[in-house]
Amino acid sequence: MTTALTTFVSTNDRQRPGVRAAVRSIQGFTLILLLLIGIGPLYWMLKGAVSPPTELTTQPLALWPDRAALGNFATAYTDLSVGRYLMNTFLVVGGSWFVQLFVSATAGFALSVLRPKFGKVVYGAILATMFVPYTVNMVSLFMTVIDVPFLHVNLGDTYWAIWLPAGTNAFTVLLAKQFFDALPSELFDAARVDGASTRQLLTKIVLPMSKPVLAVISLLAVMHSWKDFIWPLIAITDPEKQPISVALAQLATQAPQDQLIAAMVLAVAPPVLVFVVCQKYIVAGLGFTGVKG
Amino acid sequence: MRSLPRTRSSRPMTLLTPSRSPAAVSKGPVPKSPPMRRRRGTGARKQLTAWLFLVPALLVFGLFAWWPIVRSLLLSFQRTNLVEPAVWVGLENFRTLFDDPLLATAVGNTLFFVALGLLIGFPAPLILAAVMSTVRRGAGVYRFLVYLPVVIPPVVAILLWKWFYDPGSGLFNSILGRIGLGPYPWLESSDSAMLSLVLEATWAGMGGAVLIYLAAMVSIPGELYEAAEVDGAGIRRRVWHVMLPQLRSVIGLLLLVQLIGTVQVFTEPYVFTGGGPDNATLTILLLIFRYAFQDGEYGQAAALSFLMVLALALLSAVYLRATRSWSTS
Repeated sequence: MTTALTTFVSTNDRQRPGVRAAVRSIQGFTLILLLLIGIGPLYWMLKGAVSPPTELTTQPLALWPDRAALGNFATAYTDLSVGRYLMNTFLVVGGSWFVQLFVSATAGFALSVLRPKFGKVVYGAILATMFVPYTVNMVSLFMTVIDVPFLHVNLGDTYWAIWLPAGTNAFTVLLAKQFFDALPSELFDAARVDGASTRQLLTKIVLPMSKPVLAVISLLAVMHSWKDFIWPLIAITDPEKQPISVALAQLATQAPQDQLIAAMVLAVAPPVLVFVVCQKYIVAGLGFTGVKG
Repeated sequence: MRSLPRTRSSRPMTLLTPSRSPAAVSKGPVPKSPPMRRRRGTGARKQLTAWLFLVPALLVFGLFAWWPIVRSLLLSFQRTNLVEPAVWVGLENFRTLFDDPLLATAVGNTLFFVALGLLIGFPAPLILAAVMSTVRRGAGVYRFLVYLPVVIPPVVAILLWKWFYDPGSGLFNSILGRIGLGPYPWLESSDSAMLSLVLEATWAGMGGAVLIYLAAMVSIPGELYEAAEVDGAGIRRRVWHVMLPQLRSVIGLLLLVQLIGTVQVFTEPYVFTGGGPDNATLTILLLIFRYAFQDGEYGQAAALSFLMVLALALLSAVYLRATRSWSTS
């Protein structure tokens, strides 16, 4: 698809042979560079996973092993328990996604459509947390999680310790509120006249019209919790329950190199596959947040 | 274009009448202003419903965002071992913190990481995005490739690079050895360890910034470039005098995001080197982690957290002032 977009290199420039050759070669060089840094490491990881350990040290630059062996994947999946760690990760990501979507949608709806008194104060207090990343407060967050105020329950070593704090993403609340702000308010009045309850206003009118922003929030939530390391490391100390990132950091010191690399391939496959399938939406969604931010 | 919901509610309009029956107030003294009271009544109910929808956010933000921030402040003046009740100790935590020679090391290392990250990681996405904005065919392939490293979980990426950095059979030394360079110690020397961390972090984090720059570059009106061209500005001057000024606010925002992000660097030193060799990659967050979860010095860890929050708040305040002066100038 070609776009007649004017950039700092104009159509006139492109007709001059010198400029044209320069632009072409810079673009070509960039493409090769991006192939090297984008696909290269992933390919090298795959190659490492199917290489016998001796070949990894004797022929480090071989592009593909003489005898590729797929056995490492099975070993990693069962012996290194990568299967269970992946399952744990899915649980962590799924719950975090749901909490984040639920909190962002309800808060955005209340602050944008219902607008209670002092709603602006609450919104300001939510946005202020953007400047205090949770990692900086990990110690007091940890102490809060192992003895939740008022309730006095210990969430340590349970997934609630990850799911509930995942809801405190000010940016997704901001995205939801800004999107809901742009919905036509006549529609809400019409729904009210038709007898819709406040809950129906959210579930029947606002949410169905907000699929783009819900998709972006979901994307950000899933990516963030799949990649998060420091908080699961602190909150989940039971090796049976750890997500794959935390488990890999520990396996790195014990497992043989080739099995470890196979485990890494298994850990990277789900997010890369999702990215390959939905890359159009993901890239567009990021543009969406970039424009808003 | 957003599509309107296809099905409208087909329910009869029964709720138009107020829920309170007017017949109930027919006896006794005439109410002074029933419409007024009714509006206040439903107003209070409206308020209640609105706050009801805020409950999830108030709960999670209250318990897991606002309270930990306050608690961090309280904790930095207390001593606790998680079992016995906390004791107020005044400034003792700060005193032991400043007596620790590792604090200066950690602050210095973190600033070094931030500076190297700016030097290497800040111009790279801008340049890449500029080249990509000139691509007319196959732009999607560029975007896909540039964002691919971002979807790799950080621990996997770091373990992969740790293997690349291996002094013996690692990819980098093998390639450099072919052309007669090295072998380099990468992570195993305190001189090059931090640089090795920054290279990986730049590779891993660049994609997001490239896409944001690209979106901003695409939205620059083409007339600006055309006008500059008519006035005789070459490509270099169009980049310098048209593109960069137009990107000023995006550049400022991403600068802040990168500063806040790199100041908190933790996963790279934790997984790559554990803070070594010789504490050369010990960062502030890693020190907080050690204080709390290895030494059990929660108060001291909280004191350092608190100072870091102050520093980040200061950074954001400086940014807000700077951007305000931009928009007024």
